[in-house]
Amino acid sequence: MTGTPPPAPAESGRPRERLDGPAKVAGRAPYAYEQPVEDPLFLFPVRSTIARGRVRWVDTEEAEAVPGVVAVLTHLNAPRLASRDDLELWVLQDDEVRHHGQFVGAVIAGTPEVARHAASLVKVEYQREWHDVVLRADHPERYRPDHVNPSFDTDTSHGDVDGALADAAATVDQTYRTPVQHHVPMEPHTTVVRWPGAADLGAVAMYDSNQGVSPIRKVLAPLLDLDPEQLWIHSPHVGGAFGSKASPKAHHVLTALAARLVPGRPVKCALTRQQMFGNAGHRTPTIQRVRLGADRRGRLTAIAHDVVEHTARFKEFAEQTAVATRTMYAAEHRRTTHRLVPLDVPAPVIMRAPGEAPGMFALESAMDELAVALGMDPVELRIRNEPDADPESGLPFSTRHLARCLREGATRFGWADRPPAGQGRRDGDWLVGVGMAASTYPLFPQQGSRARIRALPDGRRQVEIAASDLGTGTWTALTQIAADALAVPAEAVDLVIGDSALPATVGAGGSSGLSIWGTTVVAAARAFRDRHGDDPPAGAEVVGELPENTAVGRYALHAFGAQFAEVRVDAVTGEIRVPRMVGVFDVGRVINPRTARSQLMGGMTMGLSMALHEESVVDPRFGHVVNGDYAGYHIPTNADVGDIDVSWLDEPDPLYNPMGSKGIGEIGIVGTAAAVANAVWHATGVRVRDVPITPDRLLGRHR
Amino acid sequence: MIPFDYHRATDVEDAVRTATSRPDATYLAGGTNLVDHLRLGITSPSLLVDVSRLPFDDIDPLPDGGVRVGAGVRNSDLAAHPTIRRDYPMLAAALLAGASWQLRNLATTGGNLLQRTRCAYFQNPATPCNKREPGSGCSALAGWQRHHAILGASEHCVAVHPSDMAVPLAALDATVRLTGAHGDRGVPLTAFHRLPGDEPRRDTVLEHGELITAVDLPRLPPTTRSAYRKVRDRASYAFALVSVAAALTVTDGVVRDVRIALGGVAHKPWRATRAEETLRGADARPASFRAAAEAELAEAEPLPGSAFKTTMAREALVSVLTGLAEEGAR
Amino acid sequence: MEAEIRLRVDGTTHTLRVDTRTSLLDALRDRLGNTSPKKGCDHGQCGSCTVLLDGRRITSCLALAVSHDGAEVTTADGLAPGDTLHPVQRAFLDQDAFQCGYCTPGQVCSVVGMLAEATDGRPSHVTGELTGPVQLTDEEIRERLSGNLCRCGAYVNIVAAVRQTLAEEAP
Repeated sequence: MTGTPPPAPAESGRPRERLDGPAKVAGRAPYAYEQPVEDPLFLFPVRSTIARGRVRWVDTEEAEAVPGVVAVLTHLNAPRLASRDDLELWVLQDDEVRHHGQFVGAVIAGTPEVARHAASLVKVEYQREWHDVVLRADHPERYRPDHVNPSFDTDTSHGDVDGALADAAATVDQTYRTPVQHHVPMEPHTTVVRWPGAADLGAVAMYDSNQGVSPIRKVLAPLLDLDPEQLWIHSPHVGGAFGSKASPKAHHVLTALAARLVPGRPVKCALTRQQMFGNAGHRTPTIQRVRLGADRRGRLTAIAHDVVEHTARFKEFAEQTAVATRTMYAAEHRRTTHRLVPLDVPAPVIMRAPGEAPGMFALESAMDELAVALGMDPVELRIRNEPDADPESGLPFSTRHLARCLREGATRFGWADRPPAGQGRRDGDWLVGVGMAASTYPLFPQQGSRARIRALPDGRRQVEIAASDLGTGTWTALTQIAADALAVPAEAVDLVIGDSALPATVGAGGSSGLSIWGTTVVAAARAFRDRHGDDPPAGAEVVGELPENTAVGRYALHAFGAQFAEVRVDAVTGEIRVPRMVGVFDVGRVINPRTARSQLMGGMTMGLSMALHEESVVDPRFGHVVNGDYAGYHIPTNADVGDIDVSWLDEPDPLYNPMGSKGIGEIGIVGTAAAVANAVWHATGVRVRDVPITPDRLLGRHR
Repeated sequence: MIPFDYHRATDVEDAVRTATSRPDATYLAGGTNLVDHLRLGITSPSLLVDVSRLPFDDIDPLPDGGVRVGAGVRNSDLAAHPTIRRDYPMLAAALLAGASWQLRNLATTGGNLLQRTRCAYFQNPATPCNKREPGSGCSALAGWQRHHAILGASEHCVAVHPSDMAVPLAALDATVRLTGAHGDRGVPLTAFHRLPGDEPRRDTVLEHGELITAVDLPRLPPTTRSAYRKVRDRASYAFALVSVAAALTVTDGVVRDVRIALGGVAHKPWRATRAEETLRGADARPASFRAAAEAELAEAEPLPGSAFKTTMAREALVSVLTGLAEEGAR
Repeated sequence: MEAEIRLRVDGTTHTLRVDTRTSLLDALRDRLGNTSPKKGCDHGQCGSCTVLLDGRRITSCLALAVSHDGAEVTTADGLAPGDTLHPVQRAFLDQDAFQCGYCTPGQVCSVVGMLAEATDGRPSHVTGELTGPVQLTDEEIRERLSGNLCRCGAYVNIVAAVRQTLAEEAP
């Protein structure tokens, strides 16, 4: 194909089938562990059985004697790292134990069976120290962090909340709790590292499962004392992540240290499912007090949201749990606070909708309680409290169509036909109720992203950017964006992502991956067409950069949504089913309706999971997650999920980015847990303020 | 997983002889629980004797009208067998409520009975557990107790037996057929599994080297109605919080015969003999069923974290019996 | 201990020596380079490793390779010849019945096994009349596929993919 490309049909908005789909349904798309490498060794970690203390001695003799064992690593023989800035990554560098399950050694061997067996033979004796893994609101070590993730104010305060509450016609003052949760992607954290051999001038090669090769390399290269170009990371397919693969973890470092001992031999490390509960990040538990005051007509006068959550003692992460509350509803008197309790736990990290998911569970449950107190339709209560501008910043919203989401959702769900509040219907042994909640997710501004566009000899365009596809549809949707921007058919675009040799960009996260990558590709495409026209010579090439988003600071930029759920509770056993949910979203222009619908539906499924299933039970005595596997840590099965009706408003937001898209990765989970909990109340009269809502919570308590 | 030898048994005699010859040998059939445990490092046999190809995969009628189920019959095949579906619906239902289809395609009848507890402390070699390591202590007593026993537990162990299949078998008065170095024997299923007492290490009365060859199901009167109800945290693919297997024979509104077993509440499938005694000869109505359930559960000694199970088991039992009585009256 | 075994995988016979500890899943992935079945939990708790063993769906992580000497294994990679797609795979694409794709080969094998079980008249946990015929309602499909977890939350579309397959099969 030479000459002027034909005018392209608009790709954006087209429900194109996943380009990586044929390989994935056959199982041929290689994930990190499956990349072809020659003559690999296998690593199995040795993990701490105490939560805090020191390694007194390690006996590796028996492990080393197992035929097939190549090396046993401990803090005594591990290669040195270059930086102590991040203690989560300070692996095998000292004798200190900072959490249960911390890596205190590793075995590398010729087969996975031998590595695992030998690891069980490594004897470690500890000097135990007192530890504390229990979050309490009144914990004596509680403190105020300087900011919350990523850079929000820790506290906000406007007006006189206490005074307004005292004067309010109706109030809610309740405490909501969410437990430790784990991301549990189906593909465990996996990395394969090959340190170059003696006669080998190449880079360190890392086949990895992560959310962004660029941010991972940015941290790992200096830690391993490598120049960035000396570390090559390849991650074309990722088996789910949800925040857990956004930042480097200890297993990356452990595997790299091991690989350094055996130059020329690739070392494979795949965490076991059980290890995923101690070495792959988690979401902090939260204790949230929400106070609402409203006048008789349902206008909020006061909103207060005070959060206590945990962080690792050795590494601060402050989840932004109350931040969404600052933007959600208008009220003259408002206050939000975040406090952290440092505990001897693994480092908490971002997990799908960090802040919004637990925070909006609390706020939207409280709004439901307020609607009950006022005798008002909860949909109407929310619409009445729509702000004209962002309550926090005073900035105008770029677009805010929450009220339309609420109304359209109510129509699609049949909200008007519901039984009156507090009088769910009965169907045999089943108590049936409905509930709803609103959701929001902000624009997450990011910087530093480049893309290269090159004309290929056959007239096709190669688009290169170190983006990632975690199941998010990047392979497909970014191809579509590139096709539109280059005015060529999608079939004429060769997208290359998931490799650190490509132009660096941001990782997937903050519902901003496609937004940032798309904006960068559009900028590169414009530059390419400006310079080379639409009939470029083979080899023509341009590198484009992410332009600054000039709307940031001038507008409040947020996505919105409304979720509705029907719940059935077995009056005999308390068992809970969710036969149907409806979600309507204001997420700007949707690039690929097919993959977008899946992602929003997946988010709502995870919200349902948060409402009914997910809880990592931490044993205070040992400091580990007791139910740390898929049999213990429940996520929904197919039988737990009914019909999910997902739709969106056709409202592009050009202030977000040139595509007009707002980002869809996270908003689906936000609000869903509250919608389910509110429906449980409607069905049973039982208000559960701490998820998960398991059968025993309802057993014998319903009206 | 420590290295182990592997021997594929050529016949029953070979299997028993080989397994008996080594004190830490164990049988391998479907592997769904054994391989799980090998990998977790909570069992370390030096020899696996593979009995999966022995001819134990038949389901045959017995002369007295009952059925003999070969120990090697896969859970999925047992649940699908026309005789089981027709004459022992609560057994088919229990099988279908257990695990997943993929696991039921591997798991065998004999292996299902030998499943070990899913107590999270038993499964984690880093925590004390008297069942796994006698004398080390019971972590569940002051730990996470949601899935633990309310009946028949001891100060040494509060674990529960995880099988669904074994619950209706206990209610049915099934017999476990065993063969060993000292010959064959039959053990009533209700006596096959043990309560923990001061020896929680032992789940069953099986002697080392003894092999389950079959399970015999007695004939049920044709007017008997039976059902299995499993209560769990999600709709599928989850272990029971509590479960109920019940078979009810009612004539003229009076309970002539009743067999009840509870799952998820004890170290063994719990035959509810008190409830049965209360019910025999009583009017088949909800008040009787409630009285029976309460009689059975009066002995419950739950831990704080498993206290809900007493209510849950009672309500589930009343509901199942009421449903069977209504069905029979129709 | 090692043992020599023979496996027929996706139509090709392999003879290999395995550690007696090696699972069928690891034999396929690490030894034979067939990485279509995935390792999600290694304990039969997720279904990602589902393959068809002599035509029946099983969790290959809990099967010891040595015990299945001589078996015929079909993975999602071998359901259709070459680059063609099996109707179930086509339906998964049409319905976008996956996101990250990691559970997908197991889901696909599970659906293929499930359709055969239903044709065989085997009841499930939600079948009302155990002795009656099997109708693959949505409720039946969901229950029968509940041994395959999907963290991305593609269940609604997986059910749609099964419906599509059934509609295509219908005379």
